[in-house]
Amino acid sequence: MGLRVLAAMSGGVDSAVAAARIAEAGHDVTGVHLALSPNPQSHRTGARGCCTLEDSRDARRAADVIGIPFYIWDMAERFQRDVVEDFVAEYAAGRTPNPCLRCNEKIKFAAVLDRALALGFDAVATGHHARLEDGVLRRSVDAAKDQSYVLGVLTREQLSHAIFPLGGSTKAEVRAEAARRGLAVADKPDSHDICFIADGDTRGFLAERLGAAPGPIVDEDGTVLGTHEGAYAFTVGQRKGLRIDRPAADGRPRYVLSIEPVSNTVTVGPRSSLEVTTIRAVRPVWNGPEVREGLTVQLRAHGEVYGCRVLDLGDELSIELDSPARGVAAGQAAVLYAGDTVVGSATIASAA
Amino acid sequence: MTAYLDHAATTPMLPEAIQAMTEHLGRVGNASSLHAAGRNARRVVEESRESIAEALGARPSEVVFTSGGTEADNLAIKGLYWARAPRRRILISAVEHHAALDPARWLADHQGAELELLPVDEHGRLHPDTLRQAIERDPDDVALVSVMWANNEVGTVQPVRVLAAIAHDHGIPFHTDAVQAVGQLPVSFADSGADALTVSGHKIGGPMGVGALLLARGLTPLPVLHGGGQERDVRSGTLDTPAIAGLAAAVRVAVREQPELAERLTELRDELIARVRQAVPGVVLNGAPDDRLPGNAHFSFPGCEGDALLMLLDAKGVECSTGSACSAGVAQPSHVLLAMGADAVGARGSLRFTLGHTSTHEDVDRLIEVLPGVVERARRAGIS
Repeated sequence: MGLRVLAAMSGGVDSAVAAARIAEAGHDVTGVHLALSPNPQSHRTGARGCCTLEDSRDARRAADVIGIPFYIWDMAERFQRDVVEDFVAEYAAGRTPNPCLRCNEKIKFAAVLDRALALGFDAVATGHHARLEDGVLRRSVDAAKDQSYVLGVLTREQLSHAIFPLGGSTKAEVRAEAARRGLAVADKPDSHDICFIADGDTRGFLAERLGAAPGPIVDEDGTVLGTHEGAYAFTVGQRKGLRIDRPAADGRPRYVLSIEPVSNTVTVGPRSSLEVTTIRAVRPVWNGPEVREGLTVQLRAHGEVYGCRVLDLGDELSIELDSPARGVAAGQAAVLYAGDTVVGSATIASAA
Repeated sequence: MTAYLDHAATTPMLPEAIQAMTEHLGRVGNASSLHAAGRNARRVVEESRESIAEALGARPSEVVFTSGGTEADNLAIKGLYWARAPRRRILISAVEHHAALDPARWLADHQGAELELLPVDEHGRLHPDTLRQAIERDPDDVALVSVMWANNEVGTVQPVRVLAAIAHDHGIPFHTDAVQAVGQLPVSFADSGADALTVSGHKIGGPMGVGALLLARGLTPLPVLHGGGQERDVRSGTLDTPAIAGLAAAVRVAVREQPELAERLTELRDELIARVRQAVPGVVLNGAPDDRLPGNAHFSFPGCEGDALLMLLDAKGVECSTGSACSAGVAQPSHVLLAMGADAVGARGSLRFTLGHTSTHEDVDRLIEVLPGVVERARRAGIS
């Protein structure tokens, strides 16, 4: 007998094929759909996220086709607290969080994994596009779909109970396999947006929760250029929606350079000022091979990678980039790779 | 080996019902048609009607066929509310099935009804005085009273006859959902005094998708379904001859076998309760100690989540229910347990085991074999 595996099934094609593969491999698989919204109906109209009633039915249907038991676990409270409220609080603090990463860290491979282990499961499997071999996390063979970045925050312990059956396949192969297996979700569109913001309007979502908090928009020498309705509506590197009447002296577009939550100030400037080469990152997690030389770092989901040198200061890292990066936002993860293998990660605190 | 302990959800079809139903599946004939094929179908329907009426203490003309219990409850509650306009008050017990609760809520939300949920005691029992006092606050404005015969979750039997009499003191129609009662308890429409009574096919060994509302003559609810008016003009839709034949066979057998089955299930149920209590110290039996359905045992397992227990038991081949309604598949604390005074966390740690005509001692053995381990594991996982 194989392992007792809990397959987290979102209702999408990836997690359905992942569950099918481990079941076929002879493991004892139970499908679980995570109910993350306190009121699932509220997400129904948006239908762009991944927590609708329809998704739950799609997941159930896939489990039936695969021939595995299926349950829905109510994780709404934990999700609300650890992901949604964290998301809002991070923006309020002038940072730019990645909720998918937080969900992996706090929900799928914490709350769900803990419960699964207590209930006698050995591992949690998901449809993430990443490879996991002998506890070492690697990029998917499908570079465009690779999700190792949003998994890079997991600890060794968390990874030791994780199974990612899809890392060796491209998305196209996964879809073809779903069709071959008779899974109706084979051609279901990918979800792109933040699942708990069904209409995709992040700024509106934050405004509703944080209210209006007008403050100044200044340039690098402190000259006030305008006002904003809430610093949380901005992210470092943002160019659109600044609503500054006066053009810059050099006539070039201006970008958000930094967000300072205490004085509620948004600083803007030319693209050249966005360039950073030194990144301070906190809460490091070393979850891969003991390699510290010749590393690269990825600074946002689907972002570029930069050659770097890492200075390990214990509870924080100083990362020196070989070439300047632009639009590096506090709150995002800096995931360190040796080639395509994840070595560790930390949360970006500041960049210069 | 699988132990099916969820007969209140649905129970296996009786051989007599399967035979009656399959006999008619291959035959053509719309019971409303005038030719020979129609007449043949009509005859099956009417004989079924007579047979059901006889078994349940009703007149044939009082049997209105429906698609099942939910439709019958909707017809009784919405139909009587509409027919009794401009009266606004709907009095129903706080522990009704959603098939009764939700139509009443809908009437309150969309049609101006004043819904009053009558409180129950810690055993889930509605006291006659509670109903009397509620009616007397404004008797002339009460459209209807609906109280289930026996509760689907905790099995508590309500004093339907007394409650119906109280409603009648004020000339108010009384509906009872007897879906769980038929086949487990003696049910006579005439003796109960109810004006409308809901019966479901698949809860008593008949087919799914068919049921009936026993409806006193002279009581005319407004229809929920409009169309051909096949059933006394209060229910439209081509009659499902094979299903109706199956329902009639099931009612006949279930009522005939009821005294014997009740005795056997009571004994088996008491054995189950005693052995669960022995196997899991601290377990709490919910529902009335005496006036409960013979096949019902409902427990709270402190420190456990019902969902986790159900999943672990399912993996061991023991099939039961958390007994609570699902909202989008997410377990909500049972409104029945909350009405009985349970706290929301405690209400989530509950399981319902229900026995039926195919239940055996081996089913109980299997449960007891796996239950202690399952409870221990669920306790470790705790309440999320």
